[in-house]
Amino acid sequence: MATAKFRIWRGDARSGKFQDYTVEISAGMVVLDAVHEIQATQAQDLGVRWNCKAGKCGSCSAEINGHPRLMCMTRLSQLPLEQPVTIEPMRAFPLVKDLVTDVSWNFRVKEKIRPFRPRPADAADGTWRMDQSDVDRVQEFRKCIECFLCQDVCHVLREHHLHEQFIGPRILVHSAALEMHPLDTENRLGDLKRTQGIGYCNITKCCTKVCPEEIKITDNAIIPLKERVVDEFYDPLTRLFRVFR
Amino acid sequence: MVGYETHDYDVLVIGAGGAGLRAAIEASAGGAAVGVVTKSLLGKAHTVMAEGGIAAALGNVDDRDNWKVHFADTMRGGQYLNNPRMAELHAREAPARVRELEAWGALFDRTRDGRILQRNFGGHKYPRLAHVGDRTGLEMIRTLQDHGVHQGIDVHMEHTILTLLKDGERVAGAFGYDRQRGRFKLFRARAVVLATGGIGRAYQVTSNSWEYTGDGLSLAYHVGATLMDMEFVQFHPTGMVWPPSVRGILVTEGVRGEGGVLKNSQGRRFLFDDIPPLYKEQTATDPDEGWRYTQGDKSARRPPELLTRDHVARCIVREVREGRGSPHGGVYLDIAWIKEKLPNAAEHIKKKLPSMYHQFKQLADVDITREPMEVGPTMHYMMGGVRVDADTQMSDVPGLFAAGECAAGLHGANRLGGNSLSDLLVFGKRAGEHAACFARERGGVAVSEDEVEAAARRALEPFERTSGEGPYQVQRDLQAMMQNWVGIVRRGDELRQALDALAALRGRAANVSVGGNREYNPGWHTALDLESLLTVSEAVARAAIERKESRGAHFRDDYPQKDEAYATFNILVRRGADGEMRVERAPRPAMSPELQQIIEEMK
Repeated sequence: MATAKFRIWRGDARSGKFQDYTVEISAGMVVLDAVHEIQATQAQDLGVRWNCKAGKCGSCSAEINGHPRLMCMTRLSQLPLEQPVTIEPMRAFPLVKDLVTDVSWNFRVKEKIRPFRPRPADAADGTWRMDQSDVDRVQEFRKCIECFLCQDVCHVLREHHLHEQFIGPRILVHSAALEMHPLDTENRLGDLKRTQGIGYCNITKCCTKVCPEEIKITDNAIIPLKERVVDEFYDPLTRLFRVFR
Repeated sequence: MVGYETHDYDVLVIGAGGAGLRAAIEASAGGAAVGVVTKSLLGKAHTVMAEGGIAAALGNVDDRDNWKVHFADTMRGGQYLNNPRMAELHAREAPARVRELEAWGALFDRTRDGRILQRNFGGHKYPRLAHVGDRTGLEMIRTLQDHGVHQGIDVHMEHTILTLLKDGERVAGAFGYDRQRGRFKLFRARAVVLATGGIGRAYQVTSNSWEYTGDGLSLAYHVGATLMDMEFVQFHPTGMVWPPSVRGILVTEGVRGEGGVLKNSQGRRFLFDDIPPLYKEQTATDPDEGWRYTQGDKSARRPPELLTRDHVARCIVREVREGRGSPHGGVYLDIAWIKEKLPNAAEHIKKKLPSMYHQFKQLADVDITREPMEVGPTMHYMMGGVRVDADTQMSDVPGLFAAGECAAGLHGANRLGGNSLSDLLVFGKRAGEHAACFARERGGVAVSEDEVEAAARRALEPFERTSGEGPYQVQRDLQAMMQNWVGIVRRGDELRQALDALAALRGRAANVSVGGNREYNPGWHTALDLESLLTVSEAVARAAIERKESRGAHFRDDYPQKDEAYATFNILVRRGADGEMRVERAPRPAMSPELQQIIEEMK
């Protein structure tokens, strides 16, 4: 039977190193299968986070041969197996152990986004009417599985560590989903400009490239939000109007 | 002495899928201080995998639908072993729960006039499932999560509960550990809601993730609660079968709802050959009528592919056993054929079933708009669980509530697709409401420190053993054994062998050893989950031995017929005074004359 070699990061916040493992491979195998096999037979305590194994929950994010990917959706047949496959934890978050990182920052930041506030119901029975085309636009953002790969790859977070000033692409997509929700009446533009650092995004589109759900994060979420912020705060006519008001 | 941190709550919710989150939101709204404990991160529970939709008789697509039809469909699907009061509450309240999700930001697909669109599903007479493409579960869990985090609820992510604690007869909290750091935590609580989901990991081929080890059922059983309907394990007819690494991953029933058909290796739609008498009147007689049904023709009846899951799964097993299966031991599910009927069929399929398209393309190199999928049964859902009061969801242990998959009663012998998400919402809300009420009315609780210490010491034993085998092999052997002997087709002698095998596995589990330290150590976590797996597996096997007939999801090769004598009771499993598992029969709860009449009218 064919085998492949895996070079996996082992360690915790204090120290760590790569360790090599050899695994027998079979048809259709994904990286997560190999990690499970290593766990079951060679390294019981190898830390890895996973759930659905079908690309729907966004738990098993890692960096495979340097690329941020879901381990459950990366097939070995897509990788060059002549050399070891390296598997590392996401780098933009503090390491817990092995392939597991502390992603709790994302949850804390998301909580700060102003919640959904719907307009009054359209019908007497308390329900709303919405057109499918209006819903479609937001459904793209709501496909997000919160794997945080976009956060991992964003240089503002990854290299500049501006976690306190910038909420990152995932949370911008969340804000866009709320801002463009056909029923929502809240205004989040001031927060985006003042405390959430939308200006830090310089549209390199790295987030879009790694999104396993193929959400056009930059084009469809971040740029429209930037435009709205500009309209609200930098439009010369509006500013003039404010001066004379 | 082992150290631990203590947290105090009015209501502790164990599990953060749909039922747990809905319970937490409601308990919080009732003024309770609420803590939620979840084995994974928030938003990753199995609810996220639900694809097809939420069943609720909104009547948006077919105005002949109402709660009575939904009630009758649910009872028929469950072969009348359901708790009728639960089926009634579920059918009556589901529409309000769905509309409430919309008020919290969920965005369902729309009808032409802008209302919530509904789709066809197996066993539902009218199009009833509110949905978002084929990712309804994600929409639901995200909506509950995003709403829930603003309600002042404490969430303990990546924590596992080891044992429930009692104060006299009442539940008094739970003790567990933080998976990341391996530290112990005591949660003192006046009321506890179990919302831990299913038992999929007791089987080899399952759509469930590592989390679903039957924790809630086992925790409840060990503090004296009653389990019910444990013989009814749902094998979803369509899981992926190839390649091996994806075996068991779910293929939504929505594929069949959109017109997908099942064929054997001879190209025959074998389900037309075997339509159960209970459904004869409601099933199409030819493929054309079936197609028209899926396209919304109100005069047409549903195709046999949309018969209940138990029946479809058994027919697939028969085709494979009799040599008419696909190359990898499944049958063919074909949605590509609709190009004969629709212009733009490929685009239509991608729009209606985006994640199925994606899943097959990426994991199996199959383009479902051009070729058929290979599918076979996968363990998907547990109808049985903790026996609860229909109105309050409280178990036999005061202060201990259960909702969602880990509770029993709503689905009887077989669950209809789409009734799970609505179950989570309807009974999650009720459990949260009544748990908060219970916590308010009763005083505080005390827990025994000795008990806590003992639980902590027990949990650390695997580190102290140096010679035992690892936990993964025990888990794998248990899964293979359950798949073979307590699976879709069962026999008395094999079920008894399963009990012997479980006793042997229990001995091995008591001796497993793990290496490494307590920080994020999956080997240790797996070792600790074995207790729950063994308990629920034994309960399933014992209940399956007791039911000497075939009904719903429970099929006995040695008793292949339905036996009306068995229609009169549910099977209960309890822990005896000697610590042994006891099986009893309990007469089916009485049905009100009004409900009885509805069932007669809808026959």
